[in-house]
Amino acid sequence: MLTWLGHILHWSFLNSGSVQTALLVGGSAAVVCAVIGVFTILRGYAFAGHALGDVSSAGGSASFLLGISPLVGFLGIAGIAAVSLEFLGVRRAREQDVATGIVLGAGIGLSALFLYLDTTTTSTTGAAVMVMFGSMFTFPANLRWPAVMTAAVALAMMAILYRPLLLSMVDPELATTRGISTRWVGLLHLVTLAAAVALAALSVGAVLASALVIGPAGAAVRISRRPVLAIFLAVILGLAAVWGGIWMAYESYYWFAGNAWPVSFFVVTIIFLSYLMSVPLQYALWRRIARPVQIAANAGG
Amino acid sequence: MHEDTTSAVPVTIPGQHAKASCASVLAVEDLTVSIGGRLLLQGVTFALEPGQLCGLIGENGAGKTTLLRSLIGVQSSPHGQVSISGLVPRKSRDLVGYVPQKINFAPDLPLRVYDLVQLGCDGHRLGPRWFSGRLHQQVQAALDAVGAQDFAYQRIGELSGGQQQRAVIAHALARRPRLLLLDEPLANLDFRSANELAGLLGHLTRVHGLAVLVTAHDMNPLLPVMDHIVYLAKGRAASGSVREVVQSATLSKLYGYPVAVIEYGGRVLVLPHADAQVGEDGCYLMPNGSASGGQA
Repeated sequence: MLTWLGHILHWSFLNSGSVQTALLVGGSAAVVCAVIGVFTILRGYAFAGHALGDVSSAGGSASFLLGISPLVGFLGIAGIAAVSLEFLGVRRAREQDVATGIVLGAGIGLSALFLYLDTTTTSTTGAAVMVMFGSMFTFPANLRWPAVMTAAVALAMMAILYRPLLLSMVDPELATTRGISTRWVGLLHLVTLAAAVALAALSVGAVLASALVIGPAGAAVRISRRPVLAIFLAVILGLAAVWGGIWMAYESYYWFAGNAWPVSFFVVTIIFLSYLMSVPLQYALWRRIARPVQIAANAGG
Repeated sequence: MHEDTTSAVPVTIPGQHAKASCASVLAVEDLTVSIGGRLLLQGVTFALEPGQLCGLIGENGAGKTTLLRSLIGVQSSPHGQVSISGLVPRKSRDLVGYVPQKINFAPDLPLRVYDLVQLGCDGHRLGPRWFSGRLHQQVQAALDAVGAQDFAYQRIGELSGGQQQRAVIAHALARRPRLLLLDEPLANLDFRSANELAGLLGHLTRVHGLAVLVTAHDMNPLLPVMDHIVYLAKGRAASGSVREVVQSATLSKLYGYPVAVIEYGGRVLVLPHADAQVGEDGCYLMPNGSASGGQA
C-alpha cells in the first residue's frame, strides 16, 4: 500500500535539494504570512498588504541590477514602503486608500525602471518573471537560513506585540487609555508585515505575495471565534497551500509530459479554493451556533 | 482666539462645585482645556465619592468627551488638577475603567466576550499570554459583575447592542477599578437594554462601591440610579444633586431649549417640549401655564 502511495506521490521528491529549500523557505513564508495576515485583515489593511507586495518588486528588480541578495532587495524596499505608509497617514480611515495608492504607484514606477534597466544593461534573463511570479525551485541555497531567520524575527515581533496589537485593533481609544502607543504598535505591525511580504515575494513572487498574506488568514478569520484559533488555522491553511503547491508543481512534470507548471499557480489556486470553501463553512458554523440561542430566546418568551 | 466664557455659567445651584474630600475617588479642580485656540473647558471643578453615580450632561459640543479624555490622561495639554485616588491620570490607569462611545464590532470579528475581558486585564502587556488561573478568575469576576456569563463564549460581533455594552463594561471592570467612566453608553440602545444597563450601573455603585461618571443625552433611564449631576455649558461646569438640577428651568437654560420635567408612575422624566412659548420675561412658558425659567 505504502509502496503504491509512494509511487503515486513520488516521495523521492523530498530528496531533491531544491525541493528541500523550497519547502523550508516557502513554509517559513507561509507561517509568518498567516500569523501577520490575521492582524492585517482585522485591522482592515488588506489593500496595504497587497500594495507592499507589489512595491517590493522594485526591491527584487533592483537586487538583480545591483547584484545584491534578493532578500535584502525585497526587505529593503518593502520596509521603506511600510514606513512611508505610516508617515502618509495609513492609520486614518479616510486617508488609508489614498496613502496606499500613492505608495503603490511610486513603487510600481520604480519597479518598471529597474526591470527596464535589468533587461537593457545586464545579461540577466527572466528577471521580470522571477520577481513578479517567483521561482521556488531555483531559490538560492545560501539564502535559506537568512530567510528562515527573517521569518523567526518577524514571528518573535508578532508574539511581543500580540496583546497591544489586538487591543488596538478592537478599539484604538481603548488601547490609548491603557497607555499603548497605537502609532508605534501600528508602525511595528507594518514593518513586520513588510518582512512577511518580502518573504512571500521571494517564494511566490511579488504580484502573488498578497495571496499568501490575505488568503489563508481571510479564510481562517471567517470560520474562527478566537484570535488564537484564527492564527492556528491560517498557519495550517498557509502551509497546506505552499507545501501542496510545491508538491503539485513537482508532480505536474509527470502529469503534463515533462512540462511542469509553476509553483505559484498551484499555491494561489489552493488558497483561492480554501477561501471559497470557508464561505459556506462559515454559514454552517454560524447556524449551528445561533440555533440554541434562538431556541433559548423562544423558550424565554 | 479664545471665546469669552466669563458669562457662561448657566445656572447657580446651592452647593455647586463640590469640593474634594479625603474620600474622593475623583477630584477635578480648575480644569481648563483649549484645542487649536478654542476654549473647550474652563475652570471645571467637581469631585466624586465612592459609591456615587454621577451624570455628566450638556448639549453637543459642550466638552463632555474632552472632560472624560482629560480624566483618563489622553487629552493633550489640560491645565488644572485632576486627581484619581490621589494620583495623576497617567499614573492611575489601573484605577480607572473606561467605556468609549459605541465600538463597531464586525460580525465576523474572531473575538469572544471572554477574550475582550482578558484584554481588559492584560491588553497592555507585551509578549504572549500564558494560562493563568488568577487571570481566569479575574475575567470570571468581571463577567459576573455585569451578568455576561451567558454569552461569554460567543463572538462579540454577533451580540445585541446591550450585550456588547455589557461586554465592554466587563472589559473596563477587569482590573477592578475604583472609577468607571462611560461615554454615552445608552446611545443606540432600545428602552429595555437602556434601562437594564442603567440598573447595572446602579448595582455597580451600590454593591461594588464604584464611583461612576456617565455621559448621556437621554438621562431618563439613569435618573432612578443617579445621585449627582455635573453639567457643562459653554466650557463651564456646575454640579448639584439630581433634585437640584433636574428642574424644567435649570435644564431649559442649560440646553437653550424648552425642557419639561414631569412625574409619571412615581418616576421623574425629562422631555423636550417644542410647544413651549416664550414669555414676556424671556422664560419658556409650558402649555399648562407654568414657566420653565429657561431663557429663550
